[in-house]
Amino acid sequence: MSPADGATRAEVCVVACAEAWRGDGEVMASPFGTVPALGARLALRTFAPELVLTDGEAALLSGAPPLGADDVVREAAMPYRTVFSVVWSGRRHIMMMASQIDRLGNQNLSVVGDWHHPKVQLIGMRGAPGNSVNHPTSYWVPDHSTRTFVEAVDLVCGVGHRRAAFAGPAATRFHDVRVVVSNLGVFDFATPERVMRLRSVHPGVELDEVVAATAFELVIESDVQETRQPSAEELQLIRDVLDPKGLRDREVRG
Amino acid sequence: MGDKRTTVEEIVGELRPGMTVGIGGWGSRRKPMAVVRAICRSGLDDLTVVAYGGPDVGLLCATGQAKKVVCSFVTLDSVALDPHWRAARQQGRVEVMEIDEGMFFLGLQAAAWRVPFLPTRAGLGSDVLAVNPDLRTVRSPYAEGPFAEAADAGAELVAMPALRLDVAIVHANRADQAGNAQFLGPDPYFDDLFLGAAARRFVTAEAVVARGTLSDHGPLSSVSVHRLLTDGVAEVPRGAHFTACPPDYGRDEAFQQEYAAAAADGDAWAAFRRRYIDVDEAGYQRAVAERQGAAR
Repeated sequence: MSPADGATRAEVCVVACAEAWRGDGEVMASPFGTVPALGARLALRTFAPELVLTDGEAALLSGAPPLGADDVVREAAMPYRTVFSVVWSGRRHIMMMASQIDRLGNQNLSVVGDWHHPKVQLIGMRGAPGNSVNHPTSYWVPDHSTRTFVEAVDLVCGVGHRRAAFAGPAATRFHDVRVVVSNLGVFDFATPERVMRLRSVHPGVELDEVVAATAFELVIESDVQETRQPSAEELQLIRDVLDPKGLRDREVRG
Repeated sequence: MGDKRTTVEEIVGELRPGMTVGIGGWGSRRKPMAVVRAICRSGLDDLTVVAYGGPDVGLLCATGQAKKVVCSFVTLDSVALDPHWRAARQQGRVEVMEIDEGMFFLGLQAAAWRVPFLPTRAGLGSDVLAVNPDLRTVRSPYAEGPFAEAADAGAELVAMPALRLDVAIVHANRADQAGNAQFLGPDPYFDDLFLGAAARRFVTAEAVVARGTLSDHGPLSSVSVHRLLTDGVAEVPRGAHFTACPPDYGRDEAFQQEYAAAAADGDAWAAFRRRYIDVDEAGYQRAVAERQGAAR
Protein backbone atom coordinates (compact mmCIF):
# COMPACT_ATOMS: atom_id res chain seq x y z
CA MET A 1 0.00 0.00 0.00
CA SER A 2 1.78 3.08 -1.17
CA PRO A 3 0.65 6.46 0.16
CA ALA A 4 -1.67 8.13 -2.26
CA ASP A 5 -1.09 11.66 -3.44
CA GLY A 6 -3.63 14.38 -3.01
CA ALA A 7 -5.81 13.01 -0.23
CA THR A 8 -8.03 15.73 1.20
CA ARG A 9 -8.21 16.51 4.90
CA ALA A 10 -11.65 14.88 5.04
CA GLU A 11 -10.19 11.69 3.55
CA VAL A 12 -7.35 11.66 6.08
CA CYS A 13 -10.00 12.06 8.81
CA VAL A 14 -12.01 9.14 7.40
CA VAL A 15 -8.97 6.88 7.67
CA ALA A 16 -8.16 8.20 11.17
CA CYS A 17 -11.71 7.37 12.26
CA ALA A 18 -11.53 3.93 10.62
CA GLU A 19 -8.39 3.19 12.64
CA ALA A 20 -10.41 3.63 15.85
CA TRP A 21 -12.20 0.33 15.12
CA ARG A 22 -9.07 -1.68 14.20
CA GLY A 23 -8.89 -4.92 16.14
CA ASP A 24 -12.37 -4.63 17.66
CA GLY A 25 -13.72 -7.90 16.24
CA GLU A 26 -17.45 -8.57 16.00
CA VAL A 27 -18.92 -5.49 17.69
CA MET A 28 -21.52 -2.94 16.69
CA ALA A 29 -19.78 0.12 15.27
CA SER A 30 -21.93 3.18 15.96
CA PRO A 31 -20.53 6.20 14.13
CA PHE A 32 -22.06 9.67 14.49
CA GLY A 33 -21.31 12.19 11.76
CA THR A 34 -20.49 11.72 8.09
CA VAL A 35 -16.74 11.19 8.43
CA PRO A 36 -17.07 8.53 11.18
CA ALA A 37 -19.83 6.82 9.13
CA LEU A 38 -17.36 6.57 6.25
CA GLY A 39 -14.58 5.50 8.60
CA ALA A 40 -16.59 2.60 10.00
CA ARG A 41 -17.53 1.50 6.48
CA LEU A 42 -13.95 1.73 5.31
CA ALA A 43 -12.73 -0.28 8.31
CA LEU A 44 -15.34 -2.96 7.68
CA ARG A 45 -14.37 -3.23 4.00
CA THR A 46 -10.65 -3.45 4.72
CA PHE A 47 -9.04 -4.40 8.02
CA ALA A 48 -12.08 -4.95 10.30
CA PRO A 49 -14.46 -7.21 8.35
CA GLU A 50 -16.22 -8.51 11.48
CA LEU A 51 -17.68 -5.11 12.42
CA VAL A 52 -21.46 -4.76 12.37
CA LEU A 53 -23.22 -1.60 11.22
CA THR A 54 -26.82 -0.47 11.61
CA ASP A 55 -29.04 1.23 9.05
CA GLY A 56 -29.35 4.21 11.39
CA GLU A 57 -32.96 3.26 12.12
CA ALA A 58 -33.70 -0.15 13.62
CA ALA A 59 -31.78 -2.89 11.79
CA LEU A 60 -28.34 -4.45 11.43
CA LEU A 61 -26.86 -4.32 7.94
CA SER A 62 -25.03 -6.83 5.83
CA GLY A 63 -21.63 -5.37 5.01
CA ALA A 64 -20.90 -1.69 4.53
CA PRO A 65 -23.09 -0.11 1.85
CA PRO A 66 -22.29 3.35 0.47
CA LEU A 67 -23.58 6.39 2.38
CA GLY A 68 -27.23 6.99 1.60
CA ALA A 69 -27.68 3.74 -0.36
CA ASP A 70 -31.28 2.58 -0.73
CA ASP A 71 -30.66 -1.04 -1.63
CA VAL A 72 -29.18 -2.19 1.67
CA VAL A 73 -29.51 -5.74 3.02
CA ARG A 74 -30.85 -5.92 6.56
CA GLU A 75 -29.87 -8.95 8.63
CA ALA A 76 -31.56 -8.50 12.00
CA ALA A 77 -33.81 -6.15 13.92
CA MET A 78 -32.06 -3.61 16.13
CA PRO A 79 -34.79 -1.48 17.74
CA TYR A 80 -33.72 0.93 20.47
CA ARG A 81 -34.54 -1.53 23.24
CA THR A 82 -32.11 -4.02 21.71
CA VAL A 83 -29.54 -1.27 21.31
CA PHE A 84 -29.52 -0.88 25.10
CA SER A 85 -28.96 -4.62 25.46
CA VAL A 86 -25.96 -4.29 23.17
CA VAL A 87 -24.69 -1.21 25.02
CA TRP A 88 -24.90 -2.95 28.38
CA SER A 89 -23.35 -6.15 27.01
CA GLY A 90 -20.32 -4.16 25.92
CA ARG A 91 -20.37 -5.42 22.31
CA ARG A 92 -20.26 -1.94 20.83
CA HIS A 93 -17.73 0.77 20.02
CA ILE A 94 -19.35 4.14 19.51
CA MET A 95 -17.82 7.23 17.99
CA MET A 96 -19.91 10.09 19.36
CA MET A 97 -19.62 13.72 18.50
CA ALA A 98 -18.71 16.21 21.19
CA SER A 99 -19.92 19.79 21.42
CA GLN A 100 -17.19 20.12 24.05
CA ILE A 101 -14.41 17.78 25.15
CA ASP A 102 -11.83 18.43 27.84
CA ARG A 103 -8.34 17.46 28.91
CA LEU A 104 -9.69 14.62 31.05
CA GLY A 105 -11.78 13.11 28.27
CA ASN A 106 -15.14 14.32 29.55
CA GLN A 107 -17.62 15.07 26.79
CA ASN A 108 -20.65 17.36 26.59
CA LEU A 109 -23.47 17.51 24.09
CA SER A 110 -26.20 18.91 26.31
CA VAL A 111 -25.76 22.64 26.97
CA VAL A 112 -23.34 25.53 26.70
CA GLY A 113 -23.08 27.40 29.97
CA ASP A 114 -24.61 26.52 33.36
CA TRP A 115 -27.03 23.60 32.94
CA HIS A 116 -29.54 25.30 35.23
CA HIS A 117 -29.58 28.43 33.05
CA PRO A 118 -28.20 27.35 29.69
CA LYS A 119 -26.77 29.95 27.38
CA VAL A 120 -27.32 27.51 24.52
CA GLN A 121 -29.47 24.39 24.78
CA LEU A 122 -28.05 21.59 22.63
CA ILE A 123 -29.56 18.16 21.96
CA GLY A 124 -29.23 16.73 25.47
CA MET A 125 -27.00 14.10 27.06
CA ARG A 126 -28.65 11.28 25.10
CA GLY A 127 -26.95 7.95 25.88
CA ALA A 128 -23.49 9.37 26.55
CA PRO A 129 -23.35 8.61 30.30
CA GLY A 130 -24.28 4.96 29.79
CA ASN A 131 -22.23 4.43 26.64
CA SER A 132 -19.02 5.72 28.17
CA VAL A 133 -19.08 3.40 31.20
CA ASN A 134 -20.23 0.30 29.32
CA HIS A 135 -18.20 -0.07 26.14
CA PRO A 136 -15.38 1.46 24.10
CA THR A 137 -16.09 5.09 23.25
CA SER A 138 -14.32 7.43 20.87
CA TYR A 139 -15.13 10.96 19.78
CA TRP A 140 -15.25 12.95 16.56
CA VAL A 141 -14.95 16.74 16.54
CA PRO A 142 -15.09 18.19 13.03
CA ASP A 143 -14.44 21.77 14.19
CA HIS A 144 -11.42 21.76 16.49
CA SER A 145 -11.27 25.10 18.32
CA THR A 146 -10.95 26.54 21.81
CA ARG A 147 -14.76 26.36 21.95
CA THR A 148 -14.80 22.59 21.43
CA PHE A 149 -11.51 21.57 23.11
CA VAL A 150 -12.17 23.24 26.45
CA GLU A 151 -10.47 23.26 29.86
CA ALA A 152 -13.55 21.73 31.52
CA VAL A 153 -16.83 20.78 29.82
CA ASP A 154 -19.98 22.60 30.99
CA LEU A 155 -21.76 19.28 31.69
CA VAL A 156 -20.13 15.87 31.93
CA CYS A 157 -22.23 13.63 29.64
CA GLY A 158 -19.59 11.20 28.36
CA VAL A 159 -17.41 10.17 31.32
CA GLY A 160 -13.64 10.69 31.24
CA HIS A 161 -11.01 8.56 32.99
CA ARG A 162 -10.70 10.56 36.19
CA ARG A 163 -14.45 10.88 36.68
CA ALA A 164 -14.85 7.13 36.18
CA ALA A 165 -12.10 6.37 38.68
CA PHE A 166 -13.71 8.69 41.22
CA ALA A 167 -17.08 6.93 40.77
CA GLY A 168 -15.53 3.59 41.66
CA PRO A 169 -14.88 0.14 40.22
CA ALA A 170 -18.39 -0.29 38.77
CA ALA A 171 -17.72 2.77 36.62
CA THR A 172 -14.18 1.83 35.57
CA ARG A 173 -14.79 -1.87 34.91
CA PHE A 174 -15.91 -1.38 31.31
CA HIS A 175 -14.91 2.26 30.86
CA ASP A 176 -12.71 2.60 27.79
CA VAL A 177 -12.44 6.05 26.22
CA ARG A 178 -10.08 5.47 23.33
CA VAL A 179 -9.38 8.18 20.81
CA VAL A 180 -10.54 11.62 19.82
CA VAL A 181 -10.32 12.44 16.13
CA SER A 182 -10.63 16.08 15.05
CA ASN A 183 -10.13 17.87 11.78
CA LEU A 184 -6.61 18.70 12.98
CA GLY A 185 -5.31 15.50 14.55
CA VAL A 186 -5.74 12.33 16.58
CA PHE A 187 -5.65 12.35 20.40
CA ASP A 188 -5.65 9.71 23.11
CA PHE A 189 -5.18 9.33 26.86
CA ALA A 190 -2.05 7.16 26.91
CA THR A 191 -0.38 9.24 29.61
CA PRO A 192 0.32 8.39 33.25
CA GLU A 193 -2.37 10.82 34.43
CA ARG A 194 -4.81 9.78 31.68
CA VAL A 195 -4.95 13.30 30.28
CA MET A 196 -5.25 14.07 26.59
CA ARG A 197 -2.19 13.51 24.43
CA LEU A 198 -1.63 14.50 20.86
CA ARG A 199 -1.08 11.19 19.08
CA SER A 200 -0.68 12.52 15.53
CA VAL A 201 -1.25 15.64 13.49
CA HIS A 202 -2.94 15.41 10.12
CA PRO A 203 -0.73 16.07 7.08
CA GLY A 204 -0.57 19.78 6.35
CA VAL A 205 -1.42 20.79 9.93
CA GLU A 206 1.21 22.66 11.96
CA LEU A 207 1.72 21.75 15.60
CA ASP A 208 1.17 25.40 16.56
CA GLU A 209 -2.23 25.31 14.90
CA VAL A 210 -3.33 22.43 17.16
CA VAL A 211 -1.98 24.13 20.25
CA ALA A 212 -3.68 27.44 19.41
CA ALA A 213 -7.01 25.73 18.77
CA THR A 214 -6.96 23.90 22.13
CA ALA A 215 -7.97 25.70 25.33
CA PHE A 216 -5.93 23.40 27.59
CA GLU A 217 -2.41 22.07 27.67
CA LEU A 218 -2.09 18.96 25.55
CA VAL A 219 0.58 16.39 26.30
CA ILE A 220 2.87 16.67 23.30
CA GLU A 221 5.79 14.29 23.07
CA SER A 222 8.96 15.16 21.19
CA ASP A 223 8.32 12.79 18.32
CA VAL A 224 4.71 13.53 17.30
CA GLN A 225 3.74 11.41 14.34
CA GLU A 226 1.87 12.50 11.27
CA THR A 227 -1.54 10.84 10.80
CA ARG A 228 -1.12 8.24 8.11
CA GLN A 229 -2.19 8.97 4.56
CA PRO A 230 -4.93 6.89 2.99
CA SER A 231 -3.64 4.11 0.75
CA ALA A 232 -4.57 4.10 -2.93
CA GLU A 233 -7.07 1.33 -2.24
CA GLU A 234 -8.64 3.26 0.62
CA LEU A 235 -8.93 6.43 -1.46
CA GLN A 236 -10.57 4.50 -4.27
CA LEU A 237 -13.09 3.00 -1.82
CA ILE A 238 -13.89 6.38 -0.25
CA ARG A 239 -14.17 8.29 -3.51
CA ASP A 240 -15.71 5.80 -5.90
CA VAL A 241 -17.69 3.44 -3.69
CA LEU A 242 -18.60 4.76 -0.25
CA ASP A 243 -19.08 8.49 -0.86
CA PRO A 244 -19.20 9.32 -4.56
CA LYS A 245 -21.25 12.47 -3.85
CA GLY A 246 -18.51 13.88 -1.62
CA LEU A 247 -20.65 14.36 1.49
CA ARG A 248 -17.42 14.18 3.55
CA ASP A 249 -16.34 17.57 2.19
CA ARG A 250 -19.37 19.23 3.77
CA GLU A 251 -18.16 18.18 7.22
CA VAL A 252 -14.44 18.87 6.79
CA ARG A 253 -12.99 21.29 4.27
CA GLY A 254 -9.51 21.55 2.81
CA MET B 1 -67.64 -4.64 28.05
CA GLY B 2 -64.69 -5.41 25.87
CA ASP B 3 -65.09 -2.35 23.69
CA LYS B 4 -62.48 0.23 24.61
CA ARG B 5 -63.14 2.65 21.79
CA THR B 6 -63.00 6.26 22.83
CA THR B 7 -62.16 9.67 21.37
CA VAL B 8 -59.31 12.14 21.64
CA GLU B 9 -61.65 14.51 23.48
CA GLU B 10 -62.53 11.87 26.06
CA ILE B 11 -58.85 11.00 26.55
CA VAL B 12 -57.88 14.62 27.15
CA GLY B 13 -60.98 14.96 29.36
CA GLU B 14 -59.33 12.58 31.81
CA LEU B 15 -56.29 14.79 32.23
CA ARG B 16 -55.99 17.23 35.10
CA PRO B 17 -53.60 20.11 35.75
CA GLY B 18 -50.43 18.98 37.48
CA MET B 19 -50.49 15.44 36.08
CA THR B 20 -47.46 13.49 34.88
CA VAL B 21 -48.06 12.52 31.27
CA GLY B 22 -45.96 9.98 29.37
CA ILE B 23 -45.90 10.34 25.59
CA GLY B 24 -44.73 7.44 23.40
CA GLY B 25 -42.66 7.46 20.21
CA TRP B 26 -39.12 8.77 19.86
CA GLY B 27 -37.90 12.17 18.62
CA SER B 28 -40.05 13.13 15.64
CA ARG B 29 -41.30 9.58 15.13
CA ARG B 30 -44.76 8.12 15.79
CA LYS B 31 -45.83 10.71 18.34
CA PRO B 32 -49.53 10.85 19.33
CA MET B 33 -49.73 14.37 17.94
CA ALA B 34 -53.54 14.56 17.71
CA VAL B 35 -53.69 14.15 21.49
CA VAL B 36 -50.82 16.62 21.96
CA ARG B 37 -52.73 19.16 19.85
CA ALA B 38 -55.87 18.53 21.91
CA ILE B 39 -53.88 19.06 25.11
CA CYS B 40 -52.64 22.35 23.66
CA ARG B 41 -56.24 23.42 22.99
CA SER B 42 -57.38 22.30 26.45
CA GLY B 43 -55.29 24.82 28.33
CA LEU B 44 -54.36 22.18 30.94
CA ASP B 45 -51.23 23.42 32.65
CA ASP B 46 -48.64 22.50 35.23
CA LEU B 47 -47.95 19.25 33.36
CA THR B 48 -44.89 17.05 33.76
CA VAL B 49 -44.11 15.58 30.35
CA VAL B 50 -42.11 12.34 30.20
CA ALA B 51 -40.84 11.56 26.70
CA TYR B 52 -38.05 10.62 24.33
CA GLY B 53 -38.56 14.18 23.26
CA GLY B 54 -39.68 15.53 19.93
CA PRO B 55 -42.25 18.12 18.84
CA ASP B 56 -44.59 16.90 21.59
CA VAL B 57 -42.21 18.47 24.08
CA GLY B 58 -41.59 21.49 21.84
CA LEU B 59 -45.30 22.27 21.49
CA LEU B 60 -46.12 21.88 25.18
CA CYS B 61 -43.17 24.16 25.98
CA ALA B 62 -44.30 26.71 23.39
CA THR B 63 -47.77 26.84 24.95
CA GLY B 64 -46.29 27.01 28.44
CA GLN B 65 -48.27 23.96 29.60
CA ALA B 66 -45.21 21.87 30.40
CA LYS B 67 -44.00 22.84 33.82
CA LYS B 68 -41.40 20.12 33.81
CA VAL B 69 -39.92 17.77 31.21
CA VAL B 70 -38.30 14.40 31.94
CA CYS B 71 -36.09 13.52 28.97
CA SER B 72 -32.69 12.55 27.60
CA PHE B 73 -32.89 14.75 24.53
CA VAL B 74 -35.35 16.73 22.46
CA THR B 75 -34.89 16.48 18.71
CA LEU B 76 -36.83 16.70 15.46
CA ASP B 77 -34.40 14.18 13.85
CA SER B 78 -34.08 15.87 10.45
CA VAL B 79 -33.88 19.20 12.33
CA ALA B 80 -31.39 18.39 15.07
CA LEU B 81 -32.67 20.85 17.69
CA ASP B 82 -36.28 21.84 18.43
CA PRO B 83 -36.22 25.67 18.60
CA HIS B 84 -39.33 25.81 20.81
CA TRP B 85 -37.61 23.62 23.40
CA ARG B 86 -34.39 25.60 23.11
CA ALA B 87 -36.20 28.86 23.68
CA ALA B 88 -38.03 27.50 26.74
CA ARG B 89 -34.77 26.22 28.24
CA GLN B 90 -32.73 29.29 27.44
CA GLN B 91 -35.43 31.58 28.84
CA GLY B 92 -35.78 29.45 31.98
CA ARG B 93 -39.45 28.69 31.36
CA VAL B 94 -39.32 24.95 32.08
CA GLU B 95 -37.89 22.60 34.69
CA VAL B 96 -35.96 19.56 33.49
CA MET B 97 -35.03 16.13 34.74
CA GLU B 98 -32.34 15.22 32.22
CA ILE B 99 -31.17 11.60 32.36
CA ASP B 100 -29.39 9.08 30.16
CA GLU B 101 -31.55 7.35 27.52
CA GLY B 102 -31.01 3.95 29.09
CA MET B 103 -31.83 5.26 32.57
CA PHE B 104 -35.09 6.57 31.10
CA PHE B 105 -35.90 3.08 29.76
CA LEU B 106 -35.14 1.52 33.15
CA GLY B 107 -37.29 4.11 34.93
CA LEU B 108 -40.28 3.15 32.81
CA GLN B 109 -39.46 -0.55 33.22
CA ALA B 110 -39.24 -0.20 37.01
CA ALA B 111 -42.65 1.49 37.12
CA ALA B 112 -44.15 -1.16 34.85
CA TRP B 113 -42.72 -3.93 37.04
CA ARG B 114 -43.76 -2.20 40.28
CA VAL B 115 -40.28 -2.10 41.77
CA PRO B 116 -38.90 1.15 43.25
CA PHE B 117 -35.73 1.22 41.14
CA LEU B 118 -33.50 -0.74 38.80
CA PRO B 119 -29.70 -0.72 39.05
CA THR B 120 -27.45 0.36 36.21
CA ARG B 121 -23.95 1.59 35.46
CA ALA B 122 -25.45 4.33 33.29
CA GLY B 123 -24.98 7.67 34.98
CA LEU B 124 -21.96 6.70 37.10
CA GLY B 125 -19.26 9.36 36.91
CA SER B 126 -21.36 11.74 34.83
CA ASP B 127 -23.15 14.95 35.80
CA VAL B 128 -26.50 13.17 35.58
CA LEU B 129 -26.22 12.72 39.35
CA ALA B 130 -25.15 16.34 39.87
CA VAL B 131 -28.12 17.85 38.01
CA ASN B 132 -30.56 15.39 39.61
CA PRO B 133 -29.62 15.60 43.30
CA ASP B 134 -32.51 13.32 44.30
CA LEU B 135 -31.05 10.36 42.41
CA ARG B 136 -29.35 7.76 44.57
CA THR B 137 -26.83 4.99 44.13
CA VAL B 138 -27.11 1.47 45.53
CA ARG B 139 -24.44 -1.01 46.60
CA SER B 140 -24.63 -4.57 45.34
CA PRO B 141 -25.50 -6.90 48.23
CA TYR B 142 -23.50 -9.69 46.56
CA ALA B 143 -20.08 -8.93 47.98
CA GLU B 144 -19.58 -12.57 48.90
CA GLY B 145 -21.31 -15.91 48.58
CA PRO B 146 -22.31 -17.97 45.56
CA PHE B 147 -23.65 -15.00 43.58
CA ALA B 148 -20.65 -12.72 44.05
CA GLU B 149 -18.54 -11.82 41.04
CA ALA B 150 -15.15 -10.54 42.14
CA ALA B 151 -15.02 -7.68 39.67
CA ASP B 152 -18.38 -6.30 40.83
CA ALA B 153 -18.29 -7.30 44.48
CA GLY B 154 -19.91 -4.46 46.40
CA ALA B 155 -20.29 -2.44 43.21
CA GLU B 156 -21.98 0.92 43.61
CA LEU B 157 -24.56 1.43 40.86
CA VAL B 158 -27.09 4.08 39.98
CA ALA B 159 -30.53 3.20 41.38
CA MET B 160 -32.78 4.48 38.61
CA PRO B 161 -36.12 5.25 40.26
CA ALA B 162 -39.44 4.17 38.78
CA LEU B 163 -40.89 6.83 36.46
CA ARG B 164 -44.53 6.47 37.45
CA LEU B 165 -47.01 8.15 35.13
CA ASP B 166 -50.55 9.36 35.75
CA VAL B 167 -51.42 8.94 32.09
CA ALA B 168 -49.67 7.46 29.05
CA ILE B 169 -50.57 8.14 25.44
CA VAL B 170 -49.05 6.34 22.45
CA HIS B 171 -49.86 6.21 18.74
CA ALA B 172 -50.02 2.87 16.92
CA ASN B 173 -50.48 1.87 13.30
CA ARG B 174 -53.46 -0.36 14.12
CA ALA B 175 -55.47 -1.20 17.19
CA ASP B 176 -58.57 -3.29 17.80
CA GLN B 177 -61.73 -2.54 19.74
CA ALA B 178 -60.53 -4.62 22.68
CA GLY B 179 -57.44 -2.45 23.17
CA ASN B 180 -54.69 -4.48 21.51
CA ALA B 181 -52.33 -2.36 19.42
CA GLN B 182 -49.93 -3.05 16.57
CA PHE B 183 -46.74 -1.39 15.34
CA LEU B 184 -46.00 -2.01 11.68
CA GLY B 185 -42.92 0.23 11.47
CA PRO B 186 -39.33 -0.77 12.20
CA ASP B 187 -39.28 0.08 15.94
CA PRO B 188 -41.93 -0.27 18.65
CA TYR B 189 -39.79 2.10 20.77
CA PHE B 190 -40.86 1.94 24.44
CA ASP B 191 -44.57 2.43 23.98
CA ASP B 192 -45.57 -0.71 25.88
CA LEU B 193 -43.48 0.47 28.83
CA PHE B 194 -45.06 3.94 28.81
CA LEU B 195 -48.43 2.19 29.06
CA GLY B 196 -47.18 -0.22 31.71
CA ALA B 197 -45.83 2.66 33.81
CA ALA B 198 -49.13 4.59 33.83
CA ALA B 199 -52.32 4.56 35.89
CA ARG B 200 -54.48 5.45 32.84
CA ARG B 201 -53.40 4.16 29.41
CA PHE B 202 -54.53 5.34 25.99
CA VAL B 203 -53.71 4.39 22.43
CA THR B 204 -54.56 6.34 19.32
CA ALA B 205 -54.25 4.46 16.05
CA GLU B 206 -54.41 5.04 12.32
CA ALA B 207 -57.26 2.53 12.24
CA VAL B 208 -59.22 0.61 14.86
CA VAL B 209 -60.24 -2.78 13.49
CA ALA B 210 -62.46 -5.60 14.67
CA ARG B 211 -61.23 -7.67 17.57
CA GLY B 212 -59.16 -10.64 16.46
CA THR B 213 -58.29 -9.24 13.03
CA LEU B 214 -54.95 -7.52 13.73
CA SER B 215 -53.14 -10.59 12.39
CA ASP B 216 -54.59 -9.71 8.98
CA HIS B 217 -52.39 -6.60 9.02
CA GLY B 218 -49.11 -8.10 10.22
CA PRO B 219 -47.68 -10.95 12.29
CA LEU B 220 -48.96 -11.28 15.86
CA SER B 221 -45.46 -10.39 17.06
CA SER B 222 -46.14 -6.87 15.77
CA VAL B 223 -49.07 -6.63 18.24
CA SER B 224 -46.71 -5.70 21.05
CA VAL B 225 -49.34 -3.85 23.05
CA HIS B 226 -51.95 -6.25 24.43
CA ARG B 227 -55.21 -5.19 25.99
CA LEU B 228 -54.00 -5.73 29.57
CA LEU B 229 -52.01 -2.54 28.97
CA THR B 230 -54.78 -0.27 27.71
CA ASP B 231 -57.88 1.54 28.95
CA GLY B 232 -58.96 3.21 25.73
CA VAL B 233 -58.29 3.29 21.99
CA ALA B 234 -59.20 6.07 19.59
CA GLU B 235 -59.13 5.93 15.83
CA VAL B 236 -57.27 8.98 14.55
CA PRO B 237 -56.14 8.75 10.93
CA ARG B 238 -52.94 10.77 10.43
CA GLY B 239 -52.92 11.18 14.19
CA ALA B 240 -49.12 11.24 14.31
CA HIS B 241 -48.77 13.99 11.69
CA PHE B 242 -46.28 15.68 11.22
CA THR B 243 -44.05 13.03 12.78
CA ALA B 244 -43.15 9.81 10.93
CA CYS B 245 -45.57 6.89 11.11
CA PRO B 246 -44.24 4.24 8.74
CA PRO B 247 -45.47 2.38 6.80
CA ASP B 248 -48.62 4.56 6.81
CA TYR B 249 -46.75 7.80 6.12
CA GLY B 250 -43.38 9.44 6.53
CA ARG B 251 -42.52 12.65 8.34
CA ASP B 252 -43.99 15.80 6.76
CA GLU B 253 -40.65 17.57 6.47
CA ALA B 254 -42.05 20.76 4.96
CA PHE B 255 -44.59 21.08 7.76
CA GLN B 256 -41.93 20.35 10.34
CA GLN B 257 -39.88 23.22 8.89
CA GLU B 258 -42.91 25.49 9.29
CA TYR B 259 -43.33 24.31 12.88
CA ALA B 260 -39.66 25.05 13.62
CA ALA B 261 -39.85 28.45 11.92
CA ALA B 262 -42.84 29.34 14.14
CA ALA B 263 -40.39 29.67 17.04
CA ALA B 264 -38.86 32.75 15.41
CA ASP B 265 -41.01 35.30 17.25
CA GLY B 266 -44.36 35.90 18.88
CA ASP B 267 -46.12 36.78 15.63
CA ALA B 268 -44.90 33.64 13.87
CA TRP B 269 -46.05 31.50 16.80
CA ALA B 270 -49.43 33.26 16.99
CA ALA B 271 -50.04 32.63 13.29
CA PHE B 272 -49.04 28.97 13.60
CA ARG B 273 -51.19 28.56 16.67
CA ARG B 274 -54.23 30.15 15.04
CA ARG B 275 -53.99 28.02 11.93
CA TYR B 276 -52.95 24.64 13.33
CA ILE B 277 -53.68 24.45 17.06
CA ASP B 278 -56.74 26.53 17.89
CA VAL B 279 -58.81 24.38 15.54
CA ASP B 280 -60.25 20.91 16.03
CA GLU B 281 -58.53 17.84 14.58
CA ALA B 282 -60.63 17.97 11.38
CA GLY B 283 -59.73 21.63 11.00
CA TYR B 284 -56.08 20.78 11.50
CA GLN B 285 -56.10 18.05 8.88
CA ARG B 286 -57.92 20.41 6.50
CA ALA B 287 -55.32 23.13 7.04
CA VAL B 288 -52.54 20.60 6.38
CA ALA B 289 -54.25 19.46 3.17
CA GLU B 290 -54.73 23.07 2.03
CA ARG B 291 -51.10 23.77 2.79
CA GLN B 292 -50.02 20.79 0.69
CA GLY B 293 -52.34 21.88 -2.12
CA ALA B 294 -50.83 25.36 -2.07
CA ALA B 295 -47.33 23.90 -2.21
CA ARG B 296 -48.11 21.96 -5.40
